[in-house]
Amino acid sequence: MSAANKEIGPPVIELGVMGWLRKNLFSNWYNSLLTIFGLYLLYILIPPLVNWIFLDANFVGSTRDDCTNEGACWIFIQQNIKLIFYGLYPTEELWRINFVYLILLISGVYLLIPNLKHKGWVGAFLLIIFPIICVVMLSGGLGLESVETRLWGGLFLTLVIAGVGIVLSLPIGVMLALGRRSKLPVVSLLCTIFIEIWRGVPLITVLFMASNMFPLFMPEGVNFDKLIRALIGVMFFSAAYLAEVVRGGLQAMPKGQYEASQAVGLTYWRMMALVILPQSLKMVIPAIIGSFIAIFKDTTLVLVIGLFDFLGIIQFVGTNPDWLGFSHEGYVFAAAVFWVFCYAMSWYSQRLEKKLDTGR
Amino acid sequence: METDKSKIGSFIFNRSVQGIFYQLVTLGLVALGIYYIVTNTARNMLERGLASGFHFLGVESQFDIGMTLIEYSPTSTYFDSFIVGLLNTLLVAGIGILFATIIGFTVGIMRLSSNWLIAKIAEAYVEILRNIPLLLQIFFWYFAVLRALPKPKQSLELYDSFFLNNRGLFIPDTVFGEGSSIIFYMLWLTIIISIGIFIWAKRRQNRTGERFPAFYVSTALILGTFFISLAATGFPVSFEYPELKGFNFKGGVKLIPELVALTFALAMYTASFIAEVVRGGIMAVSKGQTEAAKSVGLKQNLILRLIIIPQALRVIVPPLTNQYLNLTKNSSLAAAIAYPDLVLVFAGTALMQTGQAIEIIGMVMGVYLFLSLITSLIMNLFNRFMKVDGER
Repeated sequence: MSAANKEIGPPVIELGVMGWLRKNLFSNWYNSLLTIFGLYLLYILIPPLVNWIFLDANFVGSTRDDCTNEGACWIFIQQNIKLIFYGLYPTEELWRINFVYLILLISGVYLLIPNLKHKGWVGAFLLIIFPIICVVMLSGGLGLESVETRLWGGLFLTLVIAGVGIVLSLPIGVMLALGRRSKLPVVSLLCTIFIEIWRGVPLITVLFMASNMFPLFMPEGVNFDKLIRALIGVMFFSAAYLAEVVRGGLQAMPKGQYEASQAVGLTYWRMMALVILPQSLKMVIPAIIGSFIAIFKDTTLVLVIGLFDFLGIIQFVGTNPDWLGFSHEGYVFAAAVFWVFCYAMSWYSQRLEKKLDTGR
Repeated sequence: METDKSKIGSFIFNRSVQGIFYQLVTLGLVALGIYYIVTNTARNMLERGLASGFHFLGVESQFDIGMTLIEYSPTSTYFDSFIVGLLNTLLVAGIGILFATIIGFTVGIMRLSSNWLIAKIAEAYVEILRNIPLLLQIFFWYFAVLRALPKPKQSLELYDSFFLNNRGLFIPDTVFGEGSSIIFYMLWLTIIISIGIFIWAKRRQNRTGERFPAFYVSTALILGTFFISLAATGFPVSFEYPELKGFNFKGGVKLIPELVALTFALAMYTASFIAEVVRGGIMAVSKGQTEAAKSVGLKQNLILRLIIIPQALRVIVPPLTNQYLNLTKNSSLAAAIAYPDLVLVFAGTALMQTGQAIEIIGMVMGVYLFLSLITSLIMNLFNRFMKVDGER
């Protein structure tokens, strides 16, 4: 056997830069081929993109005539920034939106910093008092001039719809999930039907329903604002999805937890609130945040019923005769902003998952 | 007296009595809510002079639709427009699912590659695409890419047979000449024979343990018969290529830009989710399975086909169907770029003309609900079928 007699060479080096390259990129001939293909792909994609976005782009100026370079014309975004971020909200009242943002930012940062006291109070403030502040500050009242919701728009409107949708849909979703798991057949059946109907149809039909059918459902003289109708639609839609996520958590709970809480004499609601829900919600946090990301992305659909959210306003600004032909810049900017928000949420969810992991 | 009181007490605090009481209350509240909505709606409709019922379905629609798979004209009925919209929705969903599956499986497997660069490129694809709203992606492909393409005269072309320009994508059409029906009959016949071969091979393997290369034999049979019958009948199948005549293309199949953009965006977006599903499924098959298969002497391709793929599919298929359903529901975003799908044609134009919001939105929602229910039914059957005995 000549192969056995052949001298065995030293093992292939696996340390250092060369070792890493050999192990991960050039381990055999088809891997090397794949690497070269990948490098080529990056070569045809990345340099033109970087050139367009940064190197050849136009940053300074005030009209489209200042866009003399070949790359992107970011002046388009710059000049319309107020519209894109706040919609048609009156300029002298913008401080109200910024004030709300500031409160949110401060309490958010406070909650994110580890090992601070009174986090529960800050959380309660955010959930109970902050919404009232928002309503008063944003739509007017208590001496503040009222601002109609048709003037709301841009990123601000997107955040309002997503925020309200997220905050209100979670409790409704939890109730629906409990209802679906209930031992009472009528309650369980009603909740199942409700959940399955909302989950079975696309959001766009829900929004069409909200804008066309809700007015028919209401008694004489009661007329909901278009924004509120959309909010109700988004809220029920995402509540149904959250209900299924929460149900997954409830089903994953070991039976012993239910039996133990009943054995110590807890009533149904106490058992749920003190034992079952805290544990099962913790289990499904990543999935819940996944649903939040979905709601956030789905808020873009409100533009089909004539609300100008972030994407809607960018679409609208692009039709301005002074700025025709800059749709690429608009879409890239919108994509970047949406991406940052969604990626931040999923990053936070991973962090939370690690932190809350008690090693069950 | 004493006993009476305790009787009432035990009646009130009885678990099942309480249960019935709560259920009656819930039922009553729901019924009250529905009654409230129905009476309000009836009065509102009366006041606004809105018609009700489904008579409108038989009425002439008086509008045209940009893309139809069946015969349709403004003299057709509203019901015809419903069917046209439904078929357009199913078309875009079907093509979207096909491409999303191909891209999704490719990217998902790429993410598991031992090649660092390839895995990172796949990861970047997933992380970028799934964190950007679908509607934005549809707008991008439609307004920023397809509408910005050159005019027909300067079309992008591939092999002189595929043309892409701002009027849409033009692809060759297949023309079936005389005698081509024989080829189809032969095709069907060989497919049936192949199924027979598979069943026979399986039985023989169960009985004797010998394997029969059923896959290769039946592939050879189907392709061989296909080409032989093609040659024997004198190649009755030909292609009609699109040609530039004047300012536009004639001949071939025209895919309108709305369809191309929508399919593209749906496929790319859904593929990023499918990739994660596929990755999760393959990772769920424990390494011991591969090692055990190797140690009993199975060859690499058999390990993949008999051990890994069947186990991975059990994990992959349910969420994959869910993604297909999501894609179908997301195809309703067509309305935003005016692709004539069910929502745009029926819940848009037809609703605007007739004003019968309840019936129309009910029908549209019903279609999507029906699709969801069918899918979950199939999924339940699949799960029952795939369940391993003794598993929870």
